[in-house]
Amino acid sequence: MNGNFAPAPGGGVALRLDAGEVAILRSLVSQLMGLVEPPETHDDPLARAVGISASAATPADPVLARLFPDAYPEDPEAAGEFRRYTEGQLREGKRADAAVVLETANPGEAVLDAEQARAWLRSLNDVRLALGVRLEVTEDTHEEIARMSEDDPRYPVFVTYDWLTFLQDSLVRALW
Amino acid sequence: MRPDLPWLAIVWNDPVNLMSYVTYVFQTVFGYPKSKAEKLMLDVHHKGRAVVASGTREEMERDVQILHGYGLWATVQQDKA
Repeated sequence: MNGNFAPAPGGGVALRLDAGEVAILRSLVSQLMGLVEPPETHDDPLARAVGISASAATPADPVLARLFPDAYPEDPEAAGEFRRYTEGQLREGKRADAAVVLETANPGEAVLDAEQARAWLRSLNDVRLALGVRLEVTEDTHEEIARMSEDDPRYPVFVTYDWLTFLQDSLVRALW
Repeated sequence: MRPDLPWLAIVWNDPVNLMSYVTYVFQTVFGYPKSKAEKLMLDVHHKGRAVVASGTREEMERDVQILHGYGLWATVQQDKA
């Protein structure tokens, strides 16, 4: 197995994690789940039934603004309408992906079906986006980590980010 | 591409999304062959953005919602050409 993932029959992937890796993943994905709260329910029951959110505002938290970007950057009104119709479903999708990771991330070996593997892929990406925004990651970050002193207070979290990058790339290659 | 339909889905470069992942998403979401998906990914990476689909406004909004589900930074706009 090259990395933590390998192709498995039927379009899925074999997954191998040790206890330390599982602890880090569970912690980060749980934090993501805490950040991406369930969609606010609309006061209007019809709007609620068809998944229309009450809020059309761009999230103030830069992580949420990156996870749920404005679809119309030059047209706030259209961006707000798009957000009202999509952000609730997107929140539910990200929470469902995170739940798949929390269910299936266990020490040892496991096989994920293709749908579970794609949930992992999206959730790893969400966690990397969240960390990337908080750490102000740039195109040069990978090389900066290689040069960073282990005494640097940022070192552990940057190494974690780099590990997630490796993990996600390993999963993409197992799915190709 | 359907030039008669003037709405575009655009993906913007960001420093987090992996080149391999972005290529995989274009293959999975649009059914593009790997060569086309890779070319679009490289356009995003080198030019800062790329038009990844065109069609009606409703089609492009649906595509952009799916791309947001995968964490790509995607927007909708009307073709100005």
